[in-house]
Amino acid sequence: MQRTTIVQFPGSNRDRDMIAAISKISGVTPALVWHTDTSLPESDLIIIPGGFSHGDYLRSGAIAARAPVMKAVSAAAANGVRILGVCNGFQTLTEAGLLPGALMRNNRLTFVCKEVKLSVANNHNPFTEGYGLDEVIRCPVAHHDGNYFADEDTLKKIEDNRQVAFRYAEATNPNGSINDIAGIFNEAGNILGMMPHPENLIEPAHGGIDGRRLFEGALNMLEAEPA
Amino acid sequence: MTVNNTVPITPELIASHGINDEEYAHILELTGREPTFTELGIWSAMWNEHCSYKSSKKWLKTLPTEGPRVVYGPGENAGVVDIGDDDVVVFKMESHNHPSFIEPYQGAATGVGGILRDVFTMGARPIAAMNALRFGEPDHPKTRHLVSGVVSGVGGYGNSFGVPTVGGEVNFHPSYNGNILVNAFAAGLAKRDGIYISKAEGVGLPVVYLGAKTGRDGVGGATMASAEFDDSIDEKRPTVQVGDPFTEKCLLEACLELMASGAVIAIQDMGAAGLTCSAVEMGARGDLGIRLNLDDVPVREESMSAYEMMLSESQERMLMVLRPEKESEAKQIFNKWGLDFAIVGETTDDLRFSIHHQGEEVANLPIKELGDEAPEYDRPWVEPGTHSPQEPHLFPPPHNYNTALLKLIGSPDLSSRRWVWEQYDTLIQGNSLQLPGGDAGVVRVEGHPTKALAFSSDVTPRYVEADPFEGGKQAVAECYRNLIATGAEPLAATDNLNFGNPEKPEIMGQLVAAIRGIGEACQALSMPIVSGNVSLYNETNGEAIQPTPTIGGVGLIDEQDRMTRIGSAEMGDAVFLIGTEASHLARSIYQREILGEESGPAPQVDLLMEKARGDFVLAAIRSDYASSCHDVSDGGLAVALAEMCMASGKGMNCTIDITYPHAALFGEDQARYVMTVKQEWADMFAANCEGAGVSFARIGAVGGDNLIINDLIDISVEEVKTVHESWFPDFMGETALAEAAE
Repeated sequence: MQRTTIVQFPGSNRDRDMIAAISKISGVTPALVWHTDTSLPESDLIIIPGGFSHGDYLRSGAIAARAPVMKAVSAAAANGVRILGVCNGFQTLTEAGLLPGALMRNNRLTFVCKEVKLSVANNHNPFTEGYGLDEVIRCPVAHHDGNYFADEDTLKKIEDNRQVAFRYAEATNPNGSINDIAGIFNEAGNILGMMPHPENLIEPAHGGIDGRRLFEGALNMLEAEPA
Repeated sequence: MTVNNTVPITPELIASHGINDEEYAHILELTGREPTFTELGIWSAMWNEHCSYKSSKKWLKTLPTEGPRVVYGPGENAGVVDIGDDDVVVFKMESHNHPSFIEPYQGAATGVGGILRDVFTMGARPIAAMNALRFGEPDHPKTRHLVSGVVSGVGGYGNSFGVPTVGGEVNFHPSYNGNILVNAFAAGLAKRDGIYISKAEGVGLPVVYLGAKTGRDGVGGATMASAEFDDSIDEKRPTVQVGDPFTEKCLLEACLELMASGAVIAIQDMGAAGLTCSAVEMGARGDLGIRLNLDDVPVREESMSAYEMMLSESQERMLMVLRPEKESEAKQIFNKWGLDFAIVGETTDDLRFSIHHQGEEVANLPIKELGDEAPEYDRPWVEPGTHSPQEPHLFPPPHNYNTALLKLIGSPDLSSRRWVWEQYDTLIQGNSLQLPGGDAGVVRVEGHPTKALAFSSDVTPRYVEADPFEGGKQAVAECYRNLIATGAEPLAATDNLNFGNPEKPEIMGQLVAAIRGIGEACQALSMPIVSGNVSLYNETNGEAIQPTPTIGGVGLIDEQDRMTRIGSAEMGDAVFLIGTEASHLARSIYQREILGEESGPAPQVDLLMEKARGDFVLAAIRSDYASSCHDVSDGGLAVALAEMCMASGKGMNCTIDITYPHAALFGEDQARYVMTVKQEWADMFAANCEGAGVSFARIGAVGGDNLIINDLIDISVEEVKTVHESWFPDFMGETALAEAAE
């Protein structure tokens, strides 16, 4: 059985979506930790969910990245535990230095909530092994600060190391992200940060289930031979 | 430092508080002496139009508010309606018109915040929001700025708080040039036995202040909302409150945690007239006095006077009466969420509202009389004028029906609102089944395998202006139809009545007739009004808005699998019109956009027919006949068919028996739906319609890439869609921006 832990900050608001998604997919209710906690339960997957932690009042994710719990998250990451940061979670991971680059205000300056297309840029990773390489999937986004940016050297390194997990496809880049980057791995490949919300596309009532395989991969639930 | 609470009570001061001579005489009598400055502020806050409903109360009382499912009707923070399985839906709509015109971002944001607070104050977790927005004409120099500010304010608050915005309206009309409307709706879900109300019980219990600190923002806001605008409005910007959705989200979680702990006896959010209204409400409801010590109120500014503290409309604040033994537990919860928690007073048995500040009693007023004795006016009103019927042949037909349809579908009022709702989080919570763009927003009921709730917000102000009575009926009827079209049983509604200055008999006449129409329709369609809000004095320099009684309706879908959507038709499905050929072109979008006129009578609403056809359509959807459904409203049948084609991405080929083609295609007769039915069931369905005595016409089939109607219309759905989608981004300059970004 895979154990999932979800980190909650004041202002997290897609934590409930994530709890529901993990419970529905794995049949196991995830453990919850509060931002002031200094230790984490034994976990195979740690998720930092979406929302507006601390109101996003400094920079998105900047205050959350300095919360006591993030020391424990960093330590777990160093031990190879899988970490997933979605939306505000991605912002928090970049602010914490666990992922390279930064997320700036969307190029059109407004909040955007819509469905986009993602192509899978690297499927040699548990998070993405449920998808085919270059497979195009549907996924919703909902953010104000999702415009991914990294300086030239960092970007080259990310690309050379095949750290890009997902790119916006079919001209659906909703925020101006450089190289259409929608999600990236860390160098070791155990941390994934992404702006789109796979947890909002996991059951027929959501209008599709393209997000499901990401969690099934992260929780080692995929069949030995992917279909 | 001592703050001065003594200000001489002059006639000018009294007048500037919106209190007239007669009202002041009554205040003197009830106070038993000349009021202090703080007391004058309290009286003014309780007796202004916004809080006391003094002009509308007499008429609001005539609305049907009861029904088998109604748990709490008007009078609480929000209405409460039973949806079975011990679940209740809690909802209300409220205006934030004046603040949004002065400061669009914060005005709209705090409007959303206020309505969310009304819902979760009652113990319900908000699950859906809608916004009915009305702006001036597109070409007015302020309109873009207001649209942009209001939309980002609505999104900025709702998105951060974490509630999906699933519906709403955006309309444009010159009558809103100087007075836009921002009507915010919120609905929440609770267990029937988990509902909290404002009535306090028990003497000597702690009155607790929770949430954000008190500042000077919004002092006098409710009084501002009760006055007309003139050219000096910029001076009123400091009366607009500033929203903090982050604090509100924390307040939601803290309140729900606190309620679950059993610590709460009574709770009231601090909305209009802040501490004053909330404390008076809790005490008066429970037949208790309240004693407050303002030295204990958490403040974020120095040297605030008692007057300012009592009238501040700082946001994200609550007042509670707590069980004393749970005090430390409650404090812990609020500390966890980083919110202020302070005991600021206690309940008493003397029925007095007693305010202490810096060792001095600055107010001592009879608490019941503050609310109960508020003036109630039977303002003079005149019956609105009538218009004689106008036959279709009086309206010129278009030169080209294709062009006419494209013009309508790409007009400011009928074009796609995607530009707006893509700035709202429509998906958060993972329960949204139908997003904006269809007939109603639909959200499933978490924890229940098949139930879902549908939400729609409706009013057609140009009809209300032509005929307030029929227009009032139509607002309810259209809302009812939109709910039905998704397969939802309409349960109840909230009303947000936006009108001009009620001291003018013709405006008062609009209000009276519209309420009468709303009441009749709610009665006939079994949609009791369970909450609402009245916004009067929507005038600038003496020019009133179009009367706009917005109706927010809630419906229950029992089987999600049978829910219908506007765009869920399959190739080959038969297309049915439920209802008869249209003939009413007066006050239609066709008349306005193609003929450049707004005149004549509003369409009549036959409520018995509405109910019969609604019942029939609902039964058809619930027995799985319908593959898709859409109500026929603005723009008539041709627009309804085009909207269905755009949503499904499929064409339709229709052949319709027609007397006057332009009236049949663009007329806005009421009580009509379009339904698609699987071809193999079409004959049986037609027989059902006949059997039920429901007027219908089998008008065509889904197929191809074009919308074809007789030899009148033949356009590709792609082209219709392009025109439909482009108006808003073009208007807001977004297309140019997008091209520049690429």
